[in-house]
Amino acid sequence: MLKMIASRLTRLVLTLLCVTFISFMLLNILPGDAVNALIPIDAQQDREFVEQVREEFGLNDPLMVRYGRWLGDAVQGDLGDSMVTSRPVTDEITHRLPITFELMFVSVGLSLLLAVPLGVFSAYREGRRPDRVISGFTQVQLSMVPFVTGLILIYVFALKLGWFPATGWNRLSNGLGPNLKTVALPALSLAITEVAIYTRILRSDMILTLKENYVLSARAKGLTNRFILFRHGLRPSILTLVTVIALSMGSLIAGVVVIEYLFAIPGIGRRILTGIFQRDLYMVQGITVLITIAYVFVNTVADIVYTVIDPRIRRTT
Amino acid sequence: MATVPGFRLRGASPTWEVRDARTADRSSGRLARIIGVFAKMPWLTKFCTLWLILLILAAALADLIPGLPDPNYQGFIFGEGKTNEGPSASHWLGTDNVSRDILARLIYGARVSLIFAASGVFFGIVIGGLVGSIAGYFRGFLETSLMFSVDVMLSFPALIGFLCITQFLGRQDLLILCLVIAIFIWPPFSRVARATALSVSGKDFVTAARAIGTSTRRILFREIFPNVFPTLLAYGLVLLATLVILESTLSFLGLGVEIPTASWGGMINQGRQDLLINIWPPIWPAATLLMTVFSFNNLADWLQKQAASRSAAI
Repeated sequence: MLKMIASRLTRLVLTLLCVTFISFMLLNILPGDAVNALIPIDAQQDREFVEQVREEFGLNDPLMVRYGRWLGDAVQGDLGDSMVTSRPVTDEITHRLPITFELMFVSVGLSLLLAVPLGVFSAYREGRRPDRVISGFTQVQLSMVPFVTGLILIYVFALKLGWFPATGWNRLSNGLGPNLKTVALPALSLAITEVAIYTRILRSDMILTLKENYVLSARAKGLTNRFILFRHGLRPSILTLVTVIALSMGSLIAGVVVIEYLFAIPGIGRRILTGIFQRDLYMVQGITVLITIAYVFVNTVADIVYTVIDPRIRRTT
Repeated sequence: MATVPGFRLRGASPTWEVRDARTADRSSGRLARIIGVFAKMPWLTKFCTLWLILLILAAALADLIPGLPDPNYQGFIFGEGKTNEGPSASHWLGTDNVSRDILARLIYGARVSLIFAASGVFFGIVIGGLVGSIAGYFRGFLETSLMFSVDVMLSFPALIGFLCITQFLGRQDLLILCLVIAIFIWPPFSRVARATALSVSGKDFVTAARAIGTSTRRILFREIFPNVFPTLLAYGLVLLATLVILESTLSFLGLGVEIPTASWGGMINQGRQDLLINIWPPIWPAATLLMTVFSFNNLADWLQKQAASRSAAI
């Protein structure tokens, strides 16, 4: 167990090294001068000044040296300063991270809340009408594109009914009610596709579990259906679900970028978009690293959780 | 190459017999077989297939459709027509907020989406297929290092990488988008390819080929890759929907093909600003997008079920 965690962690560090290296090289090799982001166009005529700025930001050094310097700072928790606002990147991230995190947390939570009963019920009624209805719905949901769902929700619930604000964000410090009002529509637009994915995965695993002998013996003992489904059936069936949730973090992050843009939410995703537009190298680099850490970390944790949920795996690996 | 007279060694031996039987009545049989497959589909899948065929035809022949207006022609500048028009005989789906024909923009936008998706699948199969086949056949250190690079690529946020590259290149024509997608599409394909290549490499015909001294390159390209290909194609079909979504997301963020080139995401983004004035301009591209994604998903689902029941029968 400890050995496995250790090997996972080395992999994590190696992956991070590679990703930061690739993204650093990518951002710097591509055409487009970072000086454009640093100084206004009319000042760029002054060659001497441009050189001075380049020297000051270390843009003249070889790429490897710059990467080494960036990495050395990053390990100590300094991701550099934004080239546009000249605020530390870490400040911007810690300021915006709670927003994005809440959005993702609420949408995954909402999805699970809906998907677990739907998946269990669908598996219990396999092949019959409730199962077919749920399958039909999930197929439609899978084809929903987050930004289209968001647009529909904005039109119906914000513009026509006026129940929720169309854009913007209320921080949790402004009170739970206003906060939930702004998180509801964005989280729902992300959740609709996620629910379908989770339901399908849980259903197919659950169908297999319900064919096991111990389920039959539980039924023979006269246990109630609810007890069998949620106690005997659910636990061994959520293994794939855990992996899928971790893996779907990638597409969820992509969804978050778009949804934050659509709903004008001041989170990480929106910041990286403006960073890309402004060619703010260190900002883009910092947030990319953060997203990668989160993704790799979640997947590593999922692997470990796997063995906690199912002791059978612990013995074989 | 060593050949036995009258007997050509091919990939999986069962398939070449089938293929030979097939070639015998190719002239008349192929169309009939396609119709036969089509007839077996459930009604919804039939509908989806028809929709996709219609979409592909319209996108391919857009320039030849008689009476279809120029997608970028803003009639109101020249006093011909108004902005935000409802459906009419000359504009079947009405016009958008700068009086461009919505139907024409939908059809030309389909071109962008479909070309992007197709090139993504193409590069995925070619690059991912090669990398995966090599990793699965050679095993050892090569496999470990290749698969580690796949893991790195997969943990890299693809949408952000994509945005960075296109934005920093400063050019966003369709050709660039189609080439950049190659960088991000091959890792998932190579995983699938490796898994299949692993099982193919253990088959007798590969051992036989090696035994008669076939060159490694020939084994890779004539034995492994042809047998990995069908699996990759099926996987590519599943990814078509994802790629269509990716393209529309990019253009929704204003980072897809450059305006004024028509694209569904761009149309939706443009229309959402005037949502309360006129809701129709974003509704048409949104509906088309959802229909297309649904159709790809539905068709892929059906094909997967067919493949599953066929392999169960064997």
